[in-house]
Amino acid sequence: MAQYLIKRLLLMIPLLFGITLITFTVIHLAPGEPVEMQVAMNPKVTAEARERLRKFYELDKPLHVQYVKWVGRLSRLDFGRSFAPDGRKVVDKIRERIPVTLSLNIIALVLQFGIAVPIGIFAATRRDTPLDKGITVFVFLGFAVPTFWLALLLMYVFGVKLGWLPISGLHSMGSEGMGTVAWLLDMARHLILPVSVATFSSLAGLSRYMRSTMLEVIGQDYITTARAKGLSERTVIYRHALRNALLPVITLLGFSVPGLIGGSVIFETIYALPGMGQLFYMGVMARDYPLVMGILVIGACLTLVGNLLADIGYALADPRIRH
Amino acid sequence: MPIKESYIYQVFWRRFRGNRFAVAGGIVVLILFLVSLLAPWITPYDPDSLDLYQVLMPPSADHWFGTDELGRDVFTRVIFGAKISLKVGFVAVGIAVLVGTVIGLVSAYYGGWVDNVFMRFVDIMLCFPTFFLILAVIAMLEPSIWYIMIIIGLTGWMGVARLVRAEVLSIRERDYIMAARAIGASDLRIIFRHVLPNAMSPVLVSASLGVAGAILTESALSFLGIGVQPPTPSWGNILTSGKDYIEFAWWLSLFPGLAILVTVLSYNLLGEGIRDALDPRLNR
Repeated sequence: MAQYLIKRLLLMIPLLFGITLITFTVIHLAPGEPVEMQVAMNPKVTAEARERLRKFYELDKPLHVQYVKWVGRLSRLDFGRSFAPDGRKVVDKIRERIPVTLSLNIIALVLQFGIAVPIGIFAATRRDTPLDKGITVFVFLGFAVPTFWLALLLMYVFGVKLGWLPISGLHSMGSEGMGTVAWLLDMARHLILPVSVATFSSLAGLSRYMRSTMLEVIGQDYITTARAKGLSERTVIYRHALRNALLPVITLLGFSVPGLIGGSVIFETIYALPGMGQLFYMGVMARDYPLVMGILVIGACLTLVGNLLADIGYALADPRIRH
Repeated sequence: MPIKESYIYQVFWRRFRGNRFAVAGGIVVLILFLVSLLAPWITPYDPDSLDLYQVLMPPSADHWFGTDELGRDVFTRVIFGAKISLKVGFVAVGIAVLVGTVIGLVSAYYGGWVDNVFMRFVDIMLCFPTFFLILAVIAMLEPSIWYIMIIIGLTGWMGVARLVRAEVLSIRERDYIMAARAIGASDLRIIFRHVLPNAMSPVLVSASLGVAGAILTESALSFLGIGVQPPTPSWGNILTSGKDYIEFAWWLSLFPGLAILVTVLSYNLLGEGIRDALDPRLNR
């Protein structure tokens, strides 16, 4: 296992390197400079002041020099300072936003698996019944619903029409004065809609995947053997089939990370949640290069970590992988 | 051998026709094409003409989907939006399929370090939250529908590359390739006449699903205000005003969203139908 882990970690090094290279290239190939943006706002800026700005941000150096310097700083977890007027450290900005996005996504991920796995088993064990077909229809609808539209509809129904749930932000006005329990409840109420949307967004894909791996496993010889031994259907499904059908789903867990993080731009913008997605969107609009590059690198690294965890889980569950 | 080929198509067609959902998806896709071609003749309104006496009117006999905040007919704008969506879907997927096929083919054919470099590149690209990458690039460029299509295409080829590579690797070892070699066919002829056509069927499926994905991405970008720019109507940017007026005008949010839903659903059903009809293991 230790050997497997070391090999797996070493493989991540070229990937990390590639992530920084692509991030840097993508951002610097695009025309226009952040300085242009600041200058365009203020016609009084002289050419001299402009040069000073470029020098300050090290934009006057050749690209490869900029890249090497940037990666050097990254290796010390220094993401530089934001171009925004507040000029704060990118790390600090991301650090205060990450908990919102991470907790939202982790809750959504847990709910997704908690709901999709039973749905998948249910559909697979009742293959071609009206129930299975009904689930398939639901799955196809789920694939086709645009997340942001669903977010809008829920906002309209539960926020505007029924008035049951708050539709934006993380806390109510005046939540500072609340007790801890009331404060947490208030936050939970704010999170219901975004979490529902985030959960729903991958539910269809996951449950369909679960159904197909389950069907595949049920068709295997050892399941027939288990049935032939006279085991109850319950034991066959939950002890023999489910364990093997869950394996590929673990891998999917790692793959779903980039989608979740990418999706957070949409529902954080709609529900005005102060998370990484919203920060990224604002950074992109303001051409805040260090911030945008920082979030891209961190987002990709989170995916790497997700894949690593999935692989470790897989290796723990399946001895064939380790050897 | 023409006889055999036509037989394969017959089997495909028969199996495809047997799948009601897939046929329905195909018909809706065809209708969408017709609608986007015939848009100016379907509706009496102009998608950009303002009518400030008819602002935010609910659906009625005159305005089936109501009017927006500038008094424009929403039905007309949704119909004209179909054109943009289909265009984005097809061009973006075309780019993704082209890039993915070339990279997958080269990887599998040359193997060794070339394969290694390309596949690591695929791994790296798959690490990025695609939507972040698209957003970062689009926002730095001049707003243009062509950039949107190119960027969506250039961030969506990885799956195709993996598919093509896997197919080519397995096809390369088959007897008929050996036979083609034995009778002295050139590498190029083998690749284009024997390997590629046999590797393309899974690509067809993933392209159909990809069109659906590209349409969703474009609408999300337009919704965020960095995709198709107003006054050009797109389903995503109609939904932006839907969000702004959500308290007064539900129809602005409902109809463009339904249009996206129906379109994406149809492409998915079509893609799945093609997959099932192509899959020899499914004998239904």
